[in-house]
Amino acid sequence: MNHDVFIAGFGGQGVLLIGNLLAQATILEGNHASYFPAYGVEKRGGAATCTIVMSDTTVGSPVVGEPEAALLLNPLSMEKYYGHIRSGGFALINSSLVEDDGSSRDDLKRLLIPANEMALEIGDARLANMIVLGAYVEYSKVVEFESIATTLKEVLPERNHRFLPMNQKALEAGAEFCRQALVG
Amino acid sequence: MEESLTKRLFVKGNEAIAMGALEAGCRYYFGYPITPQSDIPEYISREMPKLGGQFLQAESEIASINMLLGASACGARAMTSSSSPGISLKQEGISYMAGSECPGVIVNVCRSGPGLGGIDASQADYFQSVKGGGHGGYHIIVLAPDSVQEMYDLVMLAFDLSDRYRVPAMILADAVIGQMKEGLTPHPYVAPADLATKEWALIGGGKAGEQKVVKSLYLGDGELEAHNNKLHAKYAVMQEKEVRFEAVELDDAEMVVTAYGSAARIAKTAVRLAREQGLKVGLLRPVTLFPFPNVAYKKYAGNGQKVLCCELNNGQMVDDVRLAIPTTEVVFYGRAAGAGSLPTPEEYLAQIRKHYEA
Repeated sequence: MNHDVFIAGFGGQGVLLIGNLLAQATILEGNHASYFPAYGVEKRGGAATCTIVMSDTTVGSPVVGEPEAALLLNPLSMEKYYGHIRSGGFALINSSLVEDDGSSRDDLKRLLIPANEMALEIGDARLANMIVLGAYVEYSKVVEFESIATTLKEVLPERNHRFLPMNQKALEAGAEFCRQALVG
Repeated sequence: MEESLTKRLFVKGNEAIAMGALEAGCRYYFGYPITPQSDIPEYISREMPKLGGQFLQAESEIASINMLLGASACGARAMTSSSSPGISLKQEGISYMAGSECPGVIVNVCRSGPGLGGIDASQADYFQSVKGGGHGGYHIIVLAPDSVQEMYDLVMLAFDLSDRYRVPAMILADAVIGQMKEGLTPHPYVAPADLATKEWALIGGGKAGEQKVVKSLYLGDGELEAHNNKLHAKYAVMQEKEVRFEAVELDDAEMVVTAYGSAARIAKTAVRLAREQGLKVGLLRPVTLFPFPNVAYKKYAGNGQKVLCCELNNGQMVDDVRLAIPTTEVVFYGRAAGAGSLPTPEEYLAQIRKHYEA
């Protein structure tokens, strides 16, 4: 097992949270993972990116030049990072905010997912990141959905456990969308 | 054993330093916040009081380093942490600690400079750390972790070495190692059996009429020279006994990549990629930057191998590599840090290929 994924958006979209969940779930399953964030000094609205490397042996570089997969949540990320994805890799594009459908490349698997609209449908715009995570986990099978659920429960303070069912729903919606709509 | 000391955790490098320090018995912390190391005081401010320790956010970096000197003179395990501009402010105090033979741990989660620079990962403070950043011609112990686990492990070692030699010790990290999260397996601290108690510490208890003095002022004829010679004799002993490094695939290597800290992590993947392409390449990673592992360079890179030194700066450690192996060809590849300037394994691999075939 050797995977890496780059996640990018603006601050407030929950980019760093889903990166954390993915890496922590990987470790929970007994594998190795590094989570390397980079973000602006702003609390909201600045660029937020993170790279997660997952492996069944020790992780070498936490920095990845050409990621195997990229989850691009806003137009700026699409513009900046779409070209970096490794040939044969996977691009998840948040089509709610990104107009470019990525058809300029035919060497990738692409998933155009209207994460913001889907999140509103479930009941909260802030669930868009969980929809994206669900789609990626379904595509990559890097971890079990159950490990994500366990991790989420672990990191969430008890008082917020009432939000777990909604998050679960969002993960499932993302996974279901991926099964239906993967291109390439 | 407590469950909290055996379970594999998922934590930031900065948190791992704080956890390791507390486990090693550090009960005094003095600091002033600065990115990218503020997770250290944040963690310690929460956890140290529970252990009966004293966390103090001082009014400045200068105040905090002098508080560290004071706590150390009283025999306590104490630390401070900061980042490059803050570490510059601390240099006067570090020089006084070195002169007064006060142990203590100083963490520098280095950012990019000079001046205010940026908050991105950088190794621009190598010279300042290993050559004696303040006045007076001294050295401190400098350890360079390359993983979250090593942040935990090396801070324990830093306390032990610092106490053993009465020389301040620095953990030199950067924003990659400090901010990234990885798995950490905490383990209980075990003090070395031969670590002497601090008879010199200013806590009373001496023989009647006998003074204990901790000072860096030596005015008598020949006193200061003798004192400096004593300090440098300790550095020579450390050079002999305390060098630490990691050797990866070096036994048959025709090219030796050398790097420390986060650059070494990037290089590890580059070396693996090179091996997959059939190139005989290995990695030599100094863990102690002072004392510098000259002996390892002589062993692995002094017999006709080519050396590629990679740093997140414009070339600093490469000088020490060249001094260690004066007859070996050493080439340098550096990226001066800043936003968007972090090199990738693919980039290092291209350098390996370029020089391997040349």
